[in-house]
Amino acid sequence: MACFLVPATEAIVTTIAQKVLASKEKNMEIHHESGSSTVEKSHFSRKLGWLNNMLWGGSALLALEHVWHGEVVPWFPFLTAANDASSRSEMFHEMATVGVTMALLVTAAWVGMVVVSSRLEKRANKTAALVEETVKEDK
Amino acid sequence: MTLLISVFAAIIATIVWYKNAPKDTWKVGTLALMYWGASLMWMCDAIFEYAELKEEFFQPAAADMLNDAFLGLTVVALGLIIWLVVLLVKDPKGVLRAKLLAKKN
Repeated sequence: MACFLVPATEAIVTTIAQKVLASKEKNMEIHHESGSSTVEKSHFSRKLGWLNNMLWGGSALLALEHVWHGEVVPWFPFLTAANDASSRSEMFHEMATVGVTMALLVTAAWVGMVVVSSRLEKRANKTAALVEETVKEDK
Repeated sequence: MTLLISVFAAIIATIVWYKNAPKDTWKVGTLALMYWGASLMWMCDAIFEYAELKEEFFQPAAADMLNDAFLGLTVVALGLIIWLVVLLVKDPKGVLRAKLLAKKN
């Protein structure tokens, strides 16, 4: 009915957060240089971009499905379920259950991606530090 | 059917992205994330539908399956169009920018 509106709303919030973070990060670039190998830490705004892509892409493709099924129309109030009170309450129920679960699932998948990438970055940093130590000892 | 088609599109896009990683000149990563986002959302939809229909969920009518397959392919096409627009706007190879500058000069 209108479940895609919940992840779309989350996408608006995360996009704004990403823009604010990106401008802050521009002012304080973090680079980890060590010996011959350089490990650049991924900015959090870049990682937030992954969530934005998933939320915007998913919402856009789901919106097409709703247009396909005649649930979204190009005239006011744009949602056919918003025309009468009983369908409206059904629509809000679907948004609260399916829509919220969708947003939570996508966010959980993104959290998993961030955790894995952070661990990989840490491991790369450790390897770089080890290489630097070995080079120093050899000298 | 729509969920299956979007999952396959996501897998193919991810394989193409991984083949070229860490380079992502063609922004295939964006396309893969878009398809994964849609797949996760449809998976949620499918879980709720399964909870309502139980075993009936796995026995769709042929006409419904055909309609869903058609919708799935349309969804894949829309994803590709969005990706193409993103690619042309970001213009990572600078082709459009060079063309526009050449016209001005």
